[in-house]
Parts: sequence; C-alpha cells; structure tokens
Amino acid sequence: MDYGNLVVSSSPHIRSEDTVQRIMMDVIIALLPATAASIYFFGFRAMAIVVVSILAAVATEAVIQKIRKKPVTISDGSAVITGLLLALTISPAMPLWMTAVGAVVAIGIGKQVYGGLGSNPFNPALVGRAFLVVTFPVHMTTWINPMDGVSSATPLNLLKMQGIKTGYMPLLLGNVGGSLGETSALLLLIGGIYLLYRGIIDWRIPVSYLGTVAVLTLVLGSDPVFHLLAGGLMLGAFFMATDMVTTPVTKSGRLVFGIGAGLLVVIIRLYGGYPEGVLFSILLMNTFTPIIDRYTRPRIYGEVKTK
Amino acid sequence: MQLKSLTFKGGVHPPHHKHYTEHLPLKKAEVPKLVIIPLQQHIGAPCDPLVQVGDEVKLGQKIGEPKGFVSAPIHSSVSGRVAAIEQRPHPGGGLVLSVVIESDGLDSLDESIKPRGNLENLTAEDIKNIMREAGLVGMGGATFPTQVKFSPPADKPIDTVILNGAECEPYLTADHRLMLENAGDVVLGLKAMMKAVNVKKGYIAIENNKPDAIKAIAEAVQGEGDIEVVSLKTKYPQGAEKQLIKACTGREVPSGGLPMDCGVIVNNVGTSAALGNAIKTGMPLVERIVTITGSGVKEPQNLVVRIGTPFADVIEQCGGLADNVGKVIQGGPMMGIAQYTTEVPVIKGTSGILVLKEEDLGLKPEIACIKCARCVDACPIGLLPTKLEGFAQKGMLQEADEYHVIDCIECGSCSFICPAKRPLVERIRLAKAQVMAEKRKAKQ
Repeated sequence: MDYGNLVVSSSPHIRSEDTVQRIMMDVIIALLPATAASIYFFGFRAMAIVVVSILAAVATEAVIQKIRKKPVTISDGSAVITGLLLALTISPAMPLWMTAVGAVVAIGIGKQVYGGLGSNPFNPALVGRAFLVVTFPVHMTTWINPMDGVSSATPLNLLKMQGIKTGYMPLLLGNVGGSLGETSALLLLIGGIYLLYRGIIDWRIPVSYLGTVAVLTLVLGSDPVFHLLAGGLMLGAFFMATDMVTTPVTKSGRLVFGIGAGLLVVIIRLYGGYPEGVLFSILLMNTFTPIIDRYTRPRIYGEVKTK
Repeated sequence: MQLKSLTFKGGVHPPHHKHYTEHLPLKKAEVPKLVIIPLQQHIGAPCDPLVQVGDEVKLGQKIGEPKGFVSAPIHSSVSGRVAAIEQRPHPGGGLVLSVVIESDGLDSLDESIKPRGNLENLTAEDIKNIMREAGLVGMGGATFPTQVKFSPPADKPIDTVILNGAECEPYLTADHRLMLENAGDVVLGLKAMMKAVNVKKGYIAIENNKPDAIKAIAEAVQGEGDIEVVSLKTKYPQGAEKQLIKACTGREVPSGGLPMDCGVIVNNVGTSAALGNAIKTGMPLVERIVTITGSGVKEPQNLVVRIGTPFADVIEQCGGLADNVGKVIQGGPMMGIAQYTTEVPVIKGTSGILVLKEEDLGLKPEIACIKCARCVDACPIGLLPTKLEGFAQKGMLQEADEYHVIDCIECGSCSFICPAKRPLVERIRLAKAQVMAEKRKAKQ
C-alpha cells in the first residue's frame, strides 16, 4: 500500500483560525463608530478625507511593492488602517490633496522604506501626520466647529490660549472642534473596548497611558477628566499606542510604554508649545520600543540567577 | 481530590477533537502477519540483534540487546520466524536496522515470561531490573528508557513521582481509555515506581476534560495515602514535563536541568501500566494502546497494537483511509511526526496514528510578523518566540543563546497561535540545535 502524496512538514500540524487579515478587520470595525460620527458631524468633507486618505495609502503600498517587485499585500488590510487612522487625525478643513500627500508619506516613508508590514519602527499614520504638521502647519491647525461649520479652536487650544474649558458632555459626544477622530471620546472608547474584548489589544497600554495622564494632570493641578476626553488621547491610547508592530511585545514593556507616553503627553500639553502631545508622545516612545523589549524580557521557567 | 484545577502560565487552546475516540472502549488489534521491529525505539544507543535470519522466535523473547547504559532491550511481539534484518523506514524519521518477523499466529510464549511476584516482596533493585528487562521506555512519545530515569546519581535525591495522564495533545485518547479501563495497572506501576526510588509522594495528574478518568483513578487509589490525584486545567501543553511539575508541586526544573534536579521523576500513565503488567505477568513491552483517529480514517478507534505492526495494517483495521488524505502523523497534531509512508511500524512511543484530510491541514502561506506577541503570551517557558525566530532566520546564534533558545521545549504553541502562519518552532528548533552543537564543541 502506498499513498505517494502524503504531505510531510514540521509540527505542529494544526493552526489556529486567526489571521492577520482578521486582526486588521477587527481594528477597522472598531474604528467605524468614530468614523461614522465624524461623517455625521462634519458631513461630506469628512467622508472625502477618509476615502482619499485610504485610497492614497493603499495605492502607495501597491505601487511601491510593484516597483520593488514584491508581492502586493494590500489585501492584508494594514494600509487601509493607516489611511483611516491618518484621516482621523487631520482637520475636516484639510484640502484633499494635502490629505493624499500625508497618506503617501505615511505608507512610503513611514512603512515601505523599512521593508513593509512588520518592519517599521514608527506608527505609519503618525509619521504621515507629523509630516503634515510640519509641512502644512496652518492647514493642520485650522479647525471648524461641527455645528455651524465656521472656524473654531479645539478644546485643548481653547484651554491653552484662552483658558476656556469645554464641558465634559460635548467632549464625550463629540460636537467639538478638532480632527475627524478627536471628537467623540465615547465612540472611541466603545471601539477600544471591542478590541479588548476581541483580544486584539492588551489592556496594559491604554490603561497605563490614560492612567498616567489622569494621575499626573491631577497632581499638577489640572482637570484629569478634561485631559482624558479632549484631543487625540482616546484615539491614540486605543488605536495608535497599541499598534502591534511599533510597541513592545512584553507585558511589562507595554506598561513602561504606556507610562512613558502618558508622561510625554502631560509634559507637552501643560508645558510645551503645542496644545496637543499625543502624536509626539507615541512617536517618541516608538523609538524606545526595541530597548524596552530588551530590558523587560520575562523571567523564563526555571531561570537560575547566575553571577 | 483537589477541587481546584492546577495549571501553568501561557499555553494555547487548540480544539480537542477527542470526540472521535474518547467513548470507544479498547479493542485488541489483530495479530499482524508481519512485524517490523526497529532495534532503536528509544532515546539513546540502539540495540544489537540477538537473532539471525531464519531463527524461530517466541512472543516476548528478547531480540535486541542494549549497547549502552541509556538504552532499552527490544522484544518480539509475535511468535514466528525472522524473515529479515535490514534497514527499514522508522516513524521517527530515516532508516533504522529492524528485525522483520513473520508471525506463525500461535503467540507461543517465551519461557522467560512468568509473574514477578507481589510488589511487597520486590526490592528497589528488583523493580529496576523489571523496568530494564521489560524494555520500558517513556510511552508518552519521548521514549526515554525508564530504568535510567530511576537510577539518578546519589547527589540528586528524589522525593516525588508524577504520573502524566494529562494527554494534552488534541485527538489522542489512548491514555484516557487506559485510565478508565485499567486503572489498577496504572496504580500498581506507580506504587512500584515509588518503591524503586523509595519516595513517599506520588501524583497522578489528569486534565479536567476527562472527569471519568479522574473518577476511575481516584477510586483505584482509595486507601493509598501517598498518592494524590490532581485535576489539571485543560490547556496545551499541560502534559509537558516541566509544566506538569510546576502544576503539581509548584517547583521548577532549573534551566538546562532535568526533573531530577528538583527531586521529581515524571512518567506517562502508559509506562506505569506497562510496569504494572510486567510485574503481574512478566510480559515485556510488546504491545501498546494506539489511538487511530482524524478526519482521514474511516472508523477511528483505540486499539491495543503489537509493536512492529505497520501503520497500514492498523489503518486497514479502522476501515482504511478516506479520500484526499493529506497527512499521516505519528502522535498528536501538536508535536507528532508527519510520515511519508504508511509502511512504518508502530513502536513503543506511538501514542497515536493521526490521519488528516488535505482540507484540514490549514496550510497557508506565511506573511510578515506583525509583532502581535501572541507567541509571547503562549510560550509556556516565557521565551520571546518572535525574537528567537528572527535570530534563527538571520543566523544570530549568540543572540538566540542570550534569549535562552535552548530552554525551548518545542511544544509548538507559538506556531499554532501565529496569525501570520509563520513556522516559528521549526526555525527555533533549528537554532536551538545549532546553539547546542556550538556549546558541545566549545566544551571539547
């Protein structure tokens, strides 16, 4: 008896059902409520920015992979997330072509130059946003009020420049000035809870990040609830500081990452030149990820102390 | 009995798939017409053949003599005539010198086979002799010679013997059925083991997805104050030696060490039952329970199979293979070995023959690692598989060593859980072998 076509490969012979696509899909699902809210508040402009940003990100990924003669991997969903996240960090008043430039930079310089998915040290969407902030500073800081469409400042700007504090309710619901995804803290929180429930993200980063901001602002005499709800903190804490590729793989490393990012947000918000510090807090902590991983290796089973 | 189920940190939850065979009572397989008995069925030195082509052999007759201390003798599993002594495919891979015997179907017993008396009258040395003469090896799959385990150096005091009835591999139910149907031999074997190293503490550890086995064993140890039945959480790799020791005793085997370094000897329940049987009847290890299972077998079963029976014969008794067979595996799906032919024989470590259909293989191309760290959470040792795989791929052996690659137990949890479908353990295993080879070279 001979069954000549048996597959011979190394164990294990079964694999879990989970795939990278499924993980990416969950992140997109989690972002949908906040995205829908931004379209509700800002209308067609918001929708156009989301669509342009995603298309530009996906196209950039495909074109670069074609040029590099690598397999085109846009179906993994990661470029869609980068495009969507970038869109959520920019103002609804942003011209569409600038949005597209941001997405091209996010994928091109933020991700593909390092070799693509999994190899980038920085969160690509935040690289795109950082580029836009320094290249188009005026457009990146022109905000409109979701209610009447006229120019207005963000709650963090109002606090920093004029000492006006926006109420908790508008911050929670999202009818305040700001970037697409900065508006409704509540919907971002719902998305974040979905990701926690699905086991996509580890609670350690959002909890240590938000916790550090809350404790520090309280200690420094500011309003912790306001600081948690305002600006991009919720978006950053649940969707960017939890980016798997650019954050630590160890559990204690994630706590260090969250605490470090929280510290930076508070320093920038309270003492820095920018009203908002989420962007740079995460990018800066991204640089520490390899070293955090190195020094937070878990104790292994049976490890014997030498020396 | 404990109400709380014990466990370890990490691990994964593969689907059990035990429904195929867990309710099927043990059946004796037919005596094969031809057996292929490899002269190496254990970790350590191979055996020298004691017979020649044309010799008549009896059931239970010793046909392979160990060549070293770490080795175990081999016995004939049928009576009949030696047809050949030649290289044959081995389920562990490669070709191994094997004694091919044509059975006469009579099962005439070798005269050396007689009961060894009551346990009360046996000394520790007697028990170790029975272990050695019966050719006992670890029947969970690792096949380490049992008697060697029970001969620790004087500076390694043993105070605990653990029987492993976890059977954490999906699909397999051989140990489960054994504990249900022959708890007596399991317990007798454990008592003998405890006597062999003069210890007062024995555990029988079983995953809590086998409540009937826990009950059967608990009933069999009634009145044995020294033996504790431990319920374990159902999680892979709960039956890995180190994880089992941690769950039962709270102790850890020191990195690079053996269970005896923390005073423990672990054995599979199958090995224990084989020892019990050897004491009662004098019969060496010539047959074992094999779970023949999976989507690719028409009638999955738990069979008591003679050592040396070709896989093909065993599968034939289970209704044969289904269409579209993708893989034939010796052992379970997590750590078993894929076979290229069904001509390989059942050996002492064959706990299962798992046949998977092509569509169940889940072969998907690997993609880039997204550092989701599920492998880090799953590793029962606390290693960083994602880093180790990277080092392995780049040939960075020094870094792999620094990140404790040699502590990997090769359980495969990392590969199982990886959403990018990367063959992590395969690469890590390779780096581990290279680092160990370097270390050996450096020692010389």
